[in-house]
Amino acid sequence: MSAALALGDDALVLSHRLGEWAGHAPVLEEDVALANIALDLLGQARTLLSLVGDEDELAYLREERAFRNLQLVEQPNGDFAHTIARQLYFSTFQRLLFGQLAAGGGEFAGLAAKAVKEVAYHQDHAEQWTLRLGDGTEESHRRMQRACDALWRFTGEMFQPVEGLDVDWEALREGWLESVTAVLERATLTVPDTATTGAWSAGAGRQGLHTEPFGRMLAEMQHLHRSHPGASW
Amino acid sequence: MTAVTAEHTADTTHQARFDAAVAADERIEPRDWMPDEYRSSLVRQMAQHAHSEIIGMQPEANWITRAPSLRRKAILMAKVQDEAGHGLYLYSATETLGTSREELLDKLHSGRQKYSSIFNYPTLTWADVGAIGWLVDGAAITNQVPLCRCSYGPYARAMVRICKEESFHQRQGYELLLALSQGTPAQHDMAQDAVNRWWWPSLMMFGPPDDESAHSAQSMAWKIKRHSNDELRQRFVDICVPQAEALGLTLPDPDLRWNEERGHHDFGAIDWDEFWQVLKGDGPCNEQRITQRRRAHEEGAWVREAAAAYAAKTSSDKAERDEAQVEATA
Repeated sequence: MSAALALGDDALVLSHRLGEWAGHAPVLEEDVALANIALDLLGQARTLLSLVGDEDELAYLREERAFRNLQLVEQPNGDFAHTIARQLYFSTFQRLLFGQLAAGGGEFAGLAAKAVKEVAYHQDHAEQWTLRLGDGTEESHRRMQRACDALWRFTGEMFQPVEGLDVDWEALREGWLESVTAVLERATLTVPDTATTGAWSAGAGRQGLHTEPFGRMLAEMQHLHRSHPGASW
Repeated sequence: MTAVTAEHTADTTHQARFDAAVAADERIEPRDWMPDEYRSSLVRQMAQHAHSEIIGMQPEANWITRAPSLRRKAILMAKVQDEAGHGLYLYSATETLGTSREELLDKLHSGRQKYSSIFNYPTLTWADVGAIGWLVDGAAITNQVPLCRCSYGPYARAMVRICKEESFHQRQGYELLLALSQGTPAQHDMAQDAVNRWWWPSLMMFGPPDDESAHSAQSMAWKIKRHSNDELRQRFVDICVPQAEALGLTLPDPDLRWNEERGHHDFGAIDWDEFWQVLKGDGPCNEQRITQRRRAHEEGAWVREAAAAYAAKTSSDKAERDEAQVEATA
């Protein structure tokens, strides 16, 4: 599996999910922020997919089984807390991963050095909202805890080694757990104690095994492009 | 009686100063005295403008998840993000007149303030995204560029920033349509169909004809508005005709032709019945647009409450810490 494809698909799919929020956010500032993050991720996706081939062919003409993104990023938006929990888990992972890649001097060093600046902003945004929701009202606390619990099982997959990436995966996992634990505790939330690797989710997305909502997401994303074979836009 | 007379004299002096400032093309600023009607007229127009940016996100956001290429998807996302930003500028500018965003949103949600009637039309194909960029943003720019010289400073300054971004969107919309027009026959048809559906509603964006426009004369006297609805509409038609030719698309008006004598294009009659119907809430998407806006607001209530509760907690924590520090130092 191409490492660029795995990282590119992560960014592409999460960007799409965030794009679904446009015009639906709880405050205008969040319409701006979520679109901003979605755009950063789409930019990363385009750079990464272009390393592999034609970005549009890869995005619009592959079927579900050929996508290599994590199952975490394809999870439906749910309520705002679910979206924030997904952002917290993923942006923390991405920041540590890109940090290592930028320092490593390998194939992805340049790209990672640029992306890590964007990702630092994404992580900050997710952390701030985790604090507000976790330590806000009773209702927001309950919703944020539920979201963190529900998505926890998809987190183990992030630390399955990806071939072609020169990364210390164990250090990545430890760093991630430490960072996320600190934020959840500050937010008065409980770190879930259930397994981070469900039998199905561990490493599955990277092998093209996805969850049910993903197929429907792709159907929507690809239908227009597929309806006009060979057309340019 | 003396008090009343003194107040009256002060008002007359204020009014004279205001009139002189407007006549001299000076800017009125938030702390300046202004006639009550000037203030309420601006609140109405600016709020409606802000609401239009917010509701206007919907017809375009409708296509974000289906954009046919990653480049187009990025452009569209950036555009919808800009619109949310424009809404924020405009709400802030309106707040300088002594109202609040909450109050304005409440008026939008309860139907007491309006938004541009154009956003009550549906986006049925991808080409509609291009038609909105070219025609709807084009009409908006024609309307808004003169507002950069509006007599109210905060509004004029917001418009300078907004117009820059809008022109960029308009060029991108035009370029989208051009790609379709020069693409496959199916793409060309899609572009023509979109222009056919958006042309007349775009002309309606300039508002009712001059002799039926309730606020026009006063707005022009106050230099909020610089040109009449019909003048701007004519300007827009004259700009669009050669652009349509360059696009290889036609405008759906059999009466459209160059008038040598006037030096302008003549064009057919607008269906004002449709305009008033849409404005009164009975257009194709009025119900859908406002329902989605209300739903986003209602479903987001717990998030805003959480943010407020957290802010209150952290500021009181900070106050306690500050107090402790003061005591410790003492």
